[in-house]
Amino acid sequence: MTRDEAILQFLLRMGDNTLILGHRVSEWCGHAPVLEEDIALANTALDLIGQTQMWLGLAGDIDGGKSADDLAFLRDAWDFRNVLLVEVPNGDFGRTLMRQFLFDAWHSIMLGRLMKSSDERVAAIAAKASKEVTYHLERSGDTVVGLGDGTEESHARMQEALDYLWPYVGEMFASDDVDAEMVAAGITPNPASLRAEYDALIMRVLSEATLTIPESRFAHKGGRDGRMHTEHLGHLLTQMQWLQRAYPGASW
Amino acid sequence: MYAQMIKTAGTGVKSREEMTEQERAFQDKIDADIKIEPKDWMPDDYRATLIRQIGQHAHSEIVGQLPEGNWITRAPTLERKAILLAKVQDEAGHGLYLYCAAETLGVSRDEITEMLLDGRMKYSSIFNYPTLNWADIGAVGWLVDGAAIMNQVPLQRTSFGPYSRAMIRICKEESFHQRQGYDAIRKMAEGTPEQRRMAQDAMNRLWYPSLMMFGPSDKESVHSAQSMAWKIKINTNDELRQKFVDQTVPQAEYLGLSIPDPDLKWNEARGHYDYTDPDWSEFFDVIKGNGPCNVDRLAARNKAWDDGKWVRDGLLAHARKKRTRNLAAE
Ligand SMILES: [Fe+2]
Ligand SMILES: [Fe+2]
Ligand SMILES: [Fe+2]
Repeated sequence: MTRDEAILQFLLRMGDNTLILGHRVSEWCGHAPVLEEDIALANTALDLIGQTQMWLGLAGDIDGGKSADDLAFLRDAWDFRNVLLVEVPNGDFGRTLMRQFLFDAWHSIMLGRLMKSSDERVAAIAAKASKEVTYHLERSGDTVVGLGDGTEESHARMQEALDYLWPYVGEMFASDDVDAEMVAAGITPNPASLRAEYDALIMRVLSEATLTIPESRFAHKGGRDGRMHTEHLGHLLTQMQWLQRAYPGASW
Repeated sequence: MYAQMIKTAGTGVKSREEMTEQERAFQDKIDADIKIEPKDWMPDDYRATLIRQIGQHAHSEIVGQLPEGNWITRAPTLERKAILLAKVQDEAGHGLYLYCAAETLGVSRDEITEMLLDGRMKYSSIFNYPTLNWADIGAVGWLVDGAAIMNQVPLQRTSFGPYSRAMIRICKEESFHQRQGYDAIRKMAEGTPEQRRMAQDAMNRLWYPSLMMFGPSDKESVHSAQSMAWKIKINTNDELRQKFVDQTVPQAEYLGLSIPDPDLKWNEARGHYDYTDPDWSEFFDVIKGNGPCNVDRLAARNKAWDDGKWVRDGLLAHARKKRTRNLAAE
């Protein structure tokens, strides 16, 4: 694997995470439990789409001058490199916010490390995204605490959400040849090296939320290397890519 | 114009002799362009009419998220998706400012929301029409936000302080929405034959519903005269509709889109375009709940509210627990 091949994979992983999660969050538009949440969810989705433009924009430059739109709208599921966590359906508001929190926690730590990347382009994107993600984490963390330590029903729903999503957490810390190459070049941290900080962070929030982290460390994998996505991704892409696919070559 | 057919409370404009001293002082303030603030005395009918009007406007911003949200997950580029998300976020923000303005009149957001959900209060008829192709998103920004601005710009000078201030904030964003909408539909109008077809189709479906946004002709209405005396309505519906037509026709011509009105033509003598009024029987059907999307829109809002109950309850319970714990710690 060449350096450029590896960095392309890494950029797709970052950009596909934000693209797919941004899409999922945007599905809430107009349907949130309270107006402030409509605003906050739209704002989160907007930030994530903006980050996607940066990550996939850089990926496209390396990938023979493609545009971020080419990568977002014209790849099929097997070429997507997002973790499975971000493609699972929204479920209820509790699951959406729990997924957001579990991702934001990883995302904020990851971006913090990437700000020190030996690749200046990567460091610059991370610095920009990091400010937004710090806010996302604060918000999703507060909401997880509020609902976990709210009523009996909200507590039960948040525990259910955590139980459902927990098996998707481990993939964020998996590594392969791409990571080895990136770590050797000083471009990214070793994913596994983020785990201790992550565990401490989520432990603090989830215990304040009076929620119990499941004991199993089993992890579904297959998203970040594209080996096996969930059935859900294809449906998401069907919707997201429809106009570009139905009217090839048009400019919008 | 998100407020249509607001029934003005009261019996019409009173002469100075008919007014009480308080009412006279109130009217003098309005005539002198002094803003009425929430703590000031105001006639009950003024308060009631404003609640209806601001409430309907707020509900329109909220329900208006649905036809636009319908295309967020299918936006054709990342940039268009971002622009649409930002717009819908703004609209929700407008709803928030307006609910806050209504709260200063003594009606809580929850109360007024319940009135939307059970059909006691309305939202603009325009949001009962579907968005069927991507050009509709451009057309909504251009025509619907454009029509809204026609009404909202003069309302920046409305007599009720919090409403006027909300309008000033909102208008800045609305004109941005209109420009972005125009840009989106222009791209379609200048695009492939299929894109042109989408743009024309959007125009054909949304032209008359946009004209309906101003409400029926109100020349004859005593109610409207009272609202105008109170400066919560600044222009007549027909004035605003004419202004909208005059502004929009040249823009449509520039895009090469035809307006679905064979009788539309420039009237040199009047200095305005002559145009065909919308089918008012269709308008009244929509107002009564028989528009293409009324049932679905209201069902969607009700579902969001009902499904969200546990979230609102949970967050409230948490806030209470926290307060109790903080007190105990003191
Ligand atoms: Fe608005
Ligand atoms: Fe609007
Ligand atoms: Fe708008």
